[in-house]
Amino acid sequence: MIDVDKWQEIFTSIRRHKLRTALTAFGVAWGIFMLVALLGMGQGLQNGIEHDFRDDAINSLWIRAGKTSMPYKGLKEGRNIQFDNSDYDLLRDQFPEIDEISGRFYVSGSQTVTYKDKNMSFSTRGVHPGHQTIENSVMLEGRYILDKDLDAFSKVAVIGKIVRDDLFGKEESLGKQINIGGTIYKVVGVFKDSGGDDEMRNIFIPVTTAQKVYSGGTQLHQLMVSGGNLGLREMQVLESKIHNTLARNKNFDPSDERAVRIFNLAEEFQQIMGLMGAIRGLTWLVGIFSILAGVIGISNIMLIIVKDRTKEIGIRKAIGATPGSIVNMIMQESIFITSVAGYIGLLLGIGLIYAASGVESEYFRNPQVNLGMVIIALLVLIITGTLAGLIPAIQAARINPVEAIKSD
Amino acid sequence: MIQLKAIHKSYQTDYNSLHVLKGIDIDIKEGDFVSIMGSSGSGKSTMLNILGILDKYDEGEYFLDGHLIKNLSQKQEAHYRNHLLGFVFQSFNLLAFKTAKENVALPLYYQKVDRKERQELALEYLDQVGLLDWADHYPNQMSGGQQQRVAIARSLISKPKVILADEPTGALDSKTSEDVMNIFKKVNKQGITVLIVTHEDEISRMTNRVIRLRDGIIESS
Repeated sequence: MIDVDKWQEIFTSIRRHKLRTALTAFGVAWGIFMLVALLGMGQGLQNGIEHDFRDDAINSLWIRAGKTSMPYKGLKEGRNIQFDNSDYDLLRDQFPEIDEISGRFYVSGSQTVTYKDKNMSFSTRGVHPGHQTIENSVMLEGRYILDKDLDAFSKVAVIGKIVRDDLFGKEESLGKQINIGGTIYKVVGVFKDSGGDDEMRNIFIPVTTAQKVYSGGTQLHQLMVSGGNLGLREMQVLESKIHNTLARNKNFDPSDERAVRIFNLAEEFQQIMGLMGAIRGLTWLVGIFSILAGVIGISNIMLIIVKDRTKEIGIRKAIGATPGSIVNMIMQESIFITSVAGYIGLLLGIGLIYAASGVESEYFRNPQVNLGMVIIALLVLIITGTLAGLIPAIQAARINPVEAIKSD
Repeated sequence: MIQLKAIHKSYQTDYNSLHVLKGIDIDIKEGDFVSIMGSSGSGKSTMLNILGILDKYDEGEYFLDGHLIKNLSQKQEAHYRNHLLGFVFQSFNLLAFKTAKENVALPLYYQKVDRKERQELALEYLDQVGLLDWADHYPNQMSGGQQQRVAIARSLISKPKVILADEPTGALDSKTSEDVMNIFKKVNKQGITVLIVTHEDEISRMTNRVIRLRDGIIESS
């Protein structure tokens, strides 16, 4: 049921203090606007970072060989560590918790890649089949490198989307032969990678083929493993176990962190997510305090209005207004102003976020406001509106009619 | 209708205590038309505030229409003010941003009377004080006498048993004063008890009973 008189009272009061009300309402609108904008931007930041990680399997360890930094068992420090197939086999056999594993053999320098009359330069890497999952490569057509390619030293190549577009244009690429640094390979697959254009300028060939053709012996330049559904702690345990195993196999001090460097993407991701949590917390804090400032403004203005209306309230009390009805009158006005102002702020905030929703850059993309945020913002509004009106309303209810009526 | 028994009232100031009412005994019958006289400082305003349940007393007993008015909650006070009493003030005390009709209807709002009925009754009471044509005017568009008549209509609309008027003619010239007093007379004829605080003899002469206050006690009644 709509109480016409109550609304009339509210509008009359607002109309009598137009500028004052507008300025105060602006404070609240600004507070809510800030909250929504900050939350949306925070979400954009998070989206950006999550997107950045999409390039690779989040639960992965990237293992690089380095130089020993400590003497070990009579061996001097400063020794170069070089991975080979035995390390790959060791890790694969010893750690059943490893989901996928791959070595990488970098064919040195950029190789000239030729198809028909086109010569271009792309980097070529020898990999294991597990490389696909760890790099998060998605097949557009054909297939990835398979175990049988490794066994047979097949001269097959999986090429990135950009390689295909550059070399073949609109022409069909699957089954075609390309020349990589003097050796002919058959294209068996095309992939895309959300890691960006550079990732799609790569050509992958079987690791065994690469070692053989480019005289790599059994060398591997890099190892990478993914942990499937392992949690962060389990990934950290796996990381240190791998380090120790490699130390034994390569004869370096297990505490030598420079001999083999393991980059734990899961840890990295977790850290950044932790940072995001902190940013979000800060966002809320700043937002809530902006609203608080607005609310104190409303409270202040309502106190002044109550003071202004002392005589009127006294008269109302003399003709039978209960303290409850006076409290109601003031509170409703406060809640009304807060709600309307807050709603406007909310709409503006959402509008800003929508306007910015196309933005895509590193670490920031697609800011969003979700329903949860909006609901919380609205709740904050109603609660704050109530709080803002409470003190002035109680003040109003305490007015003594005799003194109020005498005052001018 | 109104019984005051040995009412005492003091005001505490920072340095001393001001004993304003020093044992007031009054008995006012239903339908009486009474004026309360006294110089300023005699305690007549304090007494009116106590009668109007706008102020508390320290000692004694006050019965209004058989109800003991003592230690009431603010809500009960509001209820009695709303249902038993009507107020008329020297300075009219109409709400400036409301029309005559809305001002008159206001007490019924606090009785939760339906909006339409409120408006009809307001017009009826404005008619009684001869201001039907002024229903949609705002107080500042009316003369003092007219404003006071609106205030009287407002005090009557809740069908009170007692009208309390504090110097109702204090701000009016003698001609309008007489008009206002005639309205009070008419109201009294309908059986409503009317109490007027005044310091003008011409006004008190028009009432049926005069209570004189002096230094917080009743000099004659």
